Amino acid sequence: MAKEIPALPNVSTPGTPVIFNPEICNGCNQCIENCQVDVYIPNPRKGKPPIILHPEECWYCGCCVNDCHRPGAITFNWPLAQRGYWKNKASGKISRI
Amino acid sequence: MTTWQDYYKEEGRAPAWPYPIKYEQEQEIETDILIIGGGIAGCWAAISAARQGLRVALVEKGDTVRSGAGGPGCDHWCNVPANPLSNVDPDEWAEHMASVPYSNGIGIQIQCREDWDTLQEMELIGGKIRDTKDEYVGAIGRDEKTRLMLSPRYGVANSYLPAPKSPPIFKSNPDRKRNNVVLRIWGTSFKPALKRECKRLGVKIFDRVMGTSLLTENGVQGARVIGATGINNRTGEFMIFKSKATILSTAGSGGMWIIDTEVGGLCYMQSRTKTGDGMVMGWKAGAALTLLEASSLHSIGGGYKHKWYTGAGDASYENVPLVDANGKRLPYPIQGWEDAGAMAPPAAVVEAIREGIRKGEYALPFYGDFPGMSDVERRATWRLMLSEESTVKIIVDTFNKAGYDESKDLLQSYKFLEGNAPPQWRDPGRGGLVVDWNLKTSLDGLYAAGGQMFSPQDHSFCASTGRYAGRKASAYVKEISQGKISREQIEREKARVYAPVRRTAGMDWRELHAGIARTMQWYCAEYKTDLLLNMALDNLRKIEEESVPLLYALDPHKLMRGLEDLSLLTNAQIVLHASLARKASSIPLGFQRIDFPALDPPEWNKFLTIKLENDRVKNEELPVGFWGNMKQQYEAHNKDYAGVYKK
Repeated sequence: MAKEIPALPNVSTPGTPVIFNPEICNGCNQCIENCQVDVYIPNPRKGKPPIILHPEECWYCGCCVNDCHRPGAITFNWPLAQRGYWKNKASGKISRI
Repeated sequence: MTTWQDYYKEEGRAPAWPYPIKYEQEQEIETDILIIGGGIAGCWAAISAARQGLRVALVEKGDTVRSGAGGPGCDHWCNVPANPLSNVDPDEWAEHMASVPYSNGIGIQIQCREDWDTLQEMELIGGKIRDTKDEYVGAIGRDEKTRLMLSPRYGVANSYLPAPKSPPIFKSNPDRKRNNVVLRIWGTSFKPALKRECKRLGVKIFDRVMGTSLLTENGVQGARVIGATGINNRTGEFMIFKSKATILSTAGSGGMWIIDTEVGGLCYMQSRTKTGDGMVMGWKAGAALTLLEASSLHSIGGGYKHKWYTGAGDASYENVPLVDANGKRLPYPIQGWEDAGAMAPPAAVVEAIREGIRKGEYALPFYGDFPGMSDVERRATWRLMLSEESTVKIIVDTFNKAGYDESKDLLQSYKFLEGNAPPQWRDPGRGGLVVDWNLKTSLDGLYAAGGQMFSPQDHSFCASTGRYAGRKASAYVKEISQGKISREQIEREKARVYAPVRRTAGMDWRELHAGIARTMQWYCAEYKTDLLLNMALDNLRKIEEESVPLLYALDPHKLMRGLEDLSLLTNAQIVLHASLARKASSIPLGFQRIDFPALDPPEWNKFLTIKLENDRVKNEELPVGFWGNMKQQYEAHNKDYAGVYKK
């Protein structure tokens, strides 16, 4: 445990509309351009995934994920309150995103 | 490292603003035609004007590649009665559509005459409009010869409700065949293709620029529009556009009613950027608006984001039979072939279902019975219709990746679990600029297209009216020279725009937005009176005097959000003035006055218009059907129309 921790305000939520995989993402920043609300900014470290700066402005259109050229680099991440359910018709088993 | 907190933890400091700051710096652009709003209407306007060989500048708050309500996708090309499979005459269908009270007969006529041509042009520039890979052979509505995919929508009448007991009989369709006026399309391919075509034609695209005001001849309100100002929302640079004609094609102001990121993410069918900027620019310049009093319940994109359009799965919409928790079929229409494209249930059916829930006749939760559909219809619904629509592709993909199998699994519906969405979640929807048969507003040099006009329709309406406005503005430009810009007008706008960045503390844009939204929720909601509406105006005035001077912005992005709030504030004031002017209640306008309860009295069956004259609100009116005979007027104004563009 660190002895000193920063004092930070509460963060805006939902706060993580996507999850980047830094192993696959090459920091091309196309997702930044495809976002109509400017959720992201480029990472100061070249080649790294963008920084999610305005997550609460996201409207979950999915364009950043849909148009990404590197499968797996960016994954859609629904807010907890909005994850959908389904039921297997034969077994009745209920599942959720 | 993905969020700024991660960055902070690792680096011990916040990331520096990544773009160069250019506050107060000016960039001046001279063009023949300026288009503000790079969504569907704006892109088509740009393409159409550029094909006339003119210089075109396109200003877009996001990035044109995926911006606007139609940026992510679109599944239906609605009301395309000129398509080769249609069984009804386009002019007759246009009249039928325009018979809905307070509709836009001009835009509808343009749509019905020209949106098949527009769709063919869409295909020529790279949009997918046919089942070229034969993925849906055997689906109802698929035409073997053309590979076009008809939708069941509006098969009997132009309505979301199930077929009326006495459906209209069209002279052009005496045998009452299905009207075949709606096509399914692969709209996720459209927006990138539109941007590509704009670039190919030499349109100068200014992405990440928010239009902030119109420039008028000598800076006079009500004079000819000769350009506009804007601000780059990454650098803060001030943009001055000098143009011979300007086309407004931004979104409406749906964001005025709510800001709530916790319940359902920030969404009102369109993104946060839907702040009515164009309407406010037109208003301040002196252009006439109408129908701002028509605020209606936002029934599709309600508060909680469980709807297809707004972020999560819900099978209670479109084409899928609904069953209860025990597999019992509900009497809910499915907008399919069996109920002639009905989308919304009649009120009596909704009440019967609610009563059934209370009595235990229907067990919650309900489900969409995808497995009960035939294979090809299920695919045509899940993979084509839903995946191509609005923001749904990511929803479909996310469900499938999480293990959902539409051939085996029932998809949960939330509509009845949630009950009724709170009534204050609204969308002004129908208000917009008054236009004539050239889609010219009441100001010279200023045109409007798509959702910027009063009573707009959907994607194909925006596309065809954008294309039309580009053509008409081009004809005007060929006859006129540049106007004289007023430096004083520019200085005034610069002072307004940069005020929030001169402060580093005060009121954040989100609090300002919430304050405006709450005012509207309380005083301009379900029930209206002169007293309540005036209380709202008083409160907005107080916000203007006390809170707006506190608004601060730490970077150009937040500056844009703050300026959007100022747009919302003005939009709210226009809605209130318009509401005060209508001294009667109206069912088609969704407008209820407690102090004037008479429903749609004939003397109030008219368009009330509203504009600024010498900065004072001026109310006027236009008769219903002020556009005249739609077919005759369209033909008189379009003798030179050449159809699908041929280079």
